[in-house]
Amino acid sequence: MEFKQLIFYFFGTVLVFAATMVITVRNPVKAALFLVLAFVSAAGLWLMLQAEFLAIALVLVYVGAVMVLFLFVVMMLDINLVRLREGFGEYLPIGGLVAVLLVAEMAIILSSDRFGPAQMPDPGALPAGHSNTRELGRQLYTVYAYPFEIAAAILLTAIVAAIALTLRRRKDTKYQNPAQQINIEPRERVRVVKMRSERKN
Amino acid sequence: MTKYFMNVWSAFPDWSQVLLLNLGMIILILVPLMLSVAYLTYAERKIIGYMQVRIGPNRVGPKGWLQPIADAVKLLLKEIIVPTKASRFLFVFAPILAFVPALAAWAVIPFTDTLWLSNIDAGLLFVLALTSMGVYGVIIAGWASNSKYAFLGSLRSAAQIVAYEIAMGFALVGVLMAAGSLNLREIVLAQSGGVHQWYIWPLFPLFLVYLISGVAETNRAPFDVAEGESEIVAGFHVEYSGMTFAIFFLAEYANMILISALCAIMFLGGWLSPLDGILPAKLLAWPVLGTLLGNGMHWLLLKISFILFCFLWFRATFPRYRYDQIMRLGWKVFIPVTLVWIGVMGAVMFLTPWGFIFH
Repeated sequence: MEFKQLIFYFFGTVLVFAATMVITVRNPVKAALFLVLAFVSAAGLWLMLQAEFLAIALVLVYVGAVMVLFLFVVMMLDINLVRLREGFGEYLPIGGLVAVLLVAEMAIILSSDRFGPAQMPDPGALPAGHSNTRELGRQLYTVYAYPFEIAAAILLTAIVAAIALTLRRRKDTKYQNPAQQINIEPRERVRVVKMRSERKN
Repeated sequence: MTKYFMNVWSAFPDWSQVLLLNLGMIILILVPLMLSVAYLTYAERKIIGYMQVRIGPNRVGPKGWLQPIADAVKLLLKEIIVPTKASRFLFVFAPILAFVPALAAWAVIPFTDTLWLSNIDAGLLFVLALTSMGVYGVIIAGWASNSKYAFLGSLRSAAQIVAYEIAMGFALVGVLMAAGSLNLREIVLAQSGGVHQWYIWPLFPLFLVYLISGVAETNRAPFDVAEGESEIVAGFHVEYSGMTFAIFFLAEYANMILISALCAIMFLGGWLSPLDGILPAKLLAWPVLGTLLGNGMHWLLLKISFILFCFLWFRATFPRYRYDQIMRLGWKVFIPVTLVWIGVMGAVMFLTPWGFIFH
């Protein structure tokens, strides 16, 4: 077996193991950490496909930012596992149905010709000085400029909406306004009293 | 004799030769790095000592030079205590997770024009991705300790690191706009031609944002609320002892060195001499002076040392920020500053004839 293949199977095994653990492990924090492991292994696989920009972006965005915030929330939740498992039997048929549907859909798509090797032939040897990142950037900002900008606008709207929905300020909360603190007249704060010294006889 | 060794060497299969060569280079980078981490702790105590009109450590060895070794031996021999009901595996794993990214990022740092471990195209992104993973060590340590103080410390730290990482990333976007490349070596080469070509001048606001965010990212004073001795005893590593504590300590210092190296590469011209392109070639041909004044790794080390000195200087000078002020500075000051500067850069570069300022 070639060395490259060995690495591929290593990452593949870790990825499948981590993904299984995400849905089987009891503790939600540990599940989130296994998800991180799954992302990192997937990034390793993408690196082997010479998609280094996508691989590093996956680590940067999902591992470095999204999962940190996710962990942040999950850690603070006080999850009662006993209550969580109540009614497991009730939901089992519906959940099973969804799972079967998902597997069937994936099987239909993946077994069709669209994902066969014939659809994506080997691009051949890349010219010297070929930069994956540069090519991706050129495609995004020329051919796919409009979809890219629309996606950006949608994300921005989502951010603004999320903040607008959660930002509430109670009237009785005390907070500081730095601008007001800086723009203060000295005489509003300190009163200089002049008085003559007294003499004790 | 040499021939014998060459024969032994060629007996290895190809892939193991690559592996062994890379391992050798990794050791060549890591051993000096670990030594500098050890002596950075000594330098910190000495420099802050002198700034506060004390002498600092001066008992172990001549002038206290063996102090870091003594500290390491002491920490190695101490017992590692795992709190009851703590998650044992994660508790031990957390310090490693904090330490590894700080070391792994050195894989793409170029030391001179021809000396690096790997010269990848997306080097800047690789560094950003790895430094963003350092926060896991802190979060997991806080959670696995099963202690309220540690938990509070890790929550503070996580929020702080996420906030400042955005400003840091935007500051680097300015650098890559100016250099037109994500490759660290090309970023340095784009700054060649003397001290006035360094990116610190056209990108000065971004340099300041990067440096201050770097201090905040490494949880150093004045942004060290994650440790906050007076409020939450020592924050995320309150339950750690012995070697596990030492690794957290090493991770902090290794991160400082990494941030300083990146700062030197992005804004201060990396290995380039400040007189590069100004001195005549005849002077550079002189035996010793030419090497000293010419480009070389010594300039990179000098710049890294200067920024590290600034880190220590900040710690000796500023009182600790309040938590809400830290958040305000990160979200409401730094991110808008970097965004505005990126906008200004883009407009100047593509709409006006003065774009050469940023190149």
